[in-house]
Amino acid sequence: MTRWAMVADLRRCVGCQTCTASCRHANATPPGVQWRRVIDMEFGEYPDVQRAFVPVGCQHCTDPPCLTVCPTTATKQRADGIVTIDYDLCIGCAYCAVACPYQARYKAPRATFAYGKATAPETARHDEASIAVATKCTFCVDRIDSGLAQGLVPGVDPEATPACVNACISQALAFGDADDPASNVSRLLASHQHFRMHEELGTGPGFHYLWDVADDDAGVEKVS
Amino acid sequence: MSFGPNPWQQTSWDARAAGNFIGGGAGSGLLVFSAVSGAQGSLRAVLIALALGLVALGLLCVLAELGRPWRSMNVIFNPRTSWMSREAALAPLLLGSGALALFGVAAAVPLAAFLALGFLYCQARIVQAAKGIPAWRDLLTVPLLIVTGLTEGAGLFWLIAPSWGQRTLALWLAFGVLLVLRFVLGVLWFRRLARSLQPRPLQAVNRAGHALNAGSLLPLVIVLGVLATPLTPGWSAALQALAGAVAVLGGAAFKFMLITRAGFNQGFALPHLPVRGVRR
Repeated sequence: MTRWAMVADLRRCVGCQTCTASCRHANATPPGVQWRRVIDMEFGEYPDVQRAFVPVGCQHCTDPPCLTVCPTTATKQRADGIVTIDYDLCIGCAYCAVACPYQARYKAPRATFAYGKATAPETARHDEASIAVATKCTFCVDRIDSGLAQGLVPGVDPEATPACVNACISQALAFGDADDPASNVSRLLASHQHFRMHEELGTGPGFHYLWDVADDDAGVEKVS
Repeated sequence: MSFGPNPWQQTSWDARAAGNFIGGGAGSGLLVFSAVSGAQGSLRAVLIALALGLVALGLLCVLAELGRPWRSMNVIFNPRTSWMSREAALAPLLLGSGALALFGVAAAVPLAAFLALGFLYCQARIVQAAKGIPAWRDLLTVPLLIVTGLTEGAGLFWLIAPSWGQRTLALWLAFGVLLVLRFVLGVLWFRRLARSLQPRPLQAVNRAGHALNAGSLLPLVIVLGVLATPLTPGWSAALQALAGAVAVLGGAAFKFMLITRAGFNQGFALPHLPVRGVRR
């Protein structure tokens, strides 16, 4: 089986938001809709302050709360773990948005554009079907499917890899098959200490955060 | 240990969504209480008409919230797992049986009450299934919202029924019991949340709780006062109507605040901070 997953190395992320910009470019999302966000967090008090940049978005959970609550079956889960939304079925009730513990879902009530009036590229890429319905990160599923059809490897070949991962300037983001022990994400998870957000809720997120090298590797950072 | 920014109020559901829980809850509760009361004649017609009107109004509110209202029939596509689908599937049955009861089919009254209970249960489960909102997903949310709906129904009954001379002691006591139950469940619910919520969400939940407590305790005082004090029928009827109105308003205010003010998410949490350089 294949289980697509993303890994974010919190030690590497510098909060440049290039992933956010590339996601918006790749998916033509309207202003205010950021399927890939980077949260800037600050902890502690002066002089003992730490800062973390945390990429967030749809976690493509194993047991997604958005899937079970969706009254229309617009939200679906593929065999490879990717959670999708059928815009033609969705009624825009936003139930999935309040059910998601990761604030990953958006509903743009009307078409908006960066400078008020639509520019030529915005007009060309505007998708009316995505207005007034739930939208979210798709792991760039079209790129994955297209890449696989060409015999490419998602997470390795850029043409088959989510835009945010391709764009990351510090290689903080990685994508791959978590069920394949030889994949890049499996190797990263094996060599690092990691966690998943709100794991206690039992959603089984497909988004992993690295925060340190594995205990037995402490002090000897592996370069993957 | 957990790190992360503060939770914030959800903005996906607003007063229109709250309207569904307010109208649907009070209407369902009224249908149940009307059936239990055995009201007859014009009183029964008025009570059932009001109940159906409230349920329908709630559904209209939710229709107004939909991004694609013309596809609203899609809402029934997932009864296997979605409580919203189940609620939507029950709605026409409830309204249909209620309409039959309204037009004098006596056998339809208990059926409508049974479906109303189901509708109310679905509504409570809708809120509780919203895993992204800690105050909603608590297990006690379900019984609390069911009892709140039933109490509102009883409150509406006592707001109207005394004008028809309907003032059965047992029903007055049942109203009192529901008020006590709602108050106790509200306190237990708040105590559970107090253990897990951060200060801001807890403050918002507390404000919603004030509305619930006021809407439960004030009518309860009136219930006891009417029971303990010899009053003229006119004064009794006025106080009963007042108690009913306060119970309804308290429940509606609670649900409105629960959805639109106390619906904080849990933010983003990091169980570990990134280790850069030496471990801390």
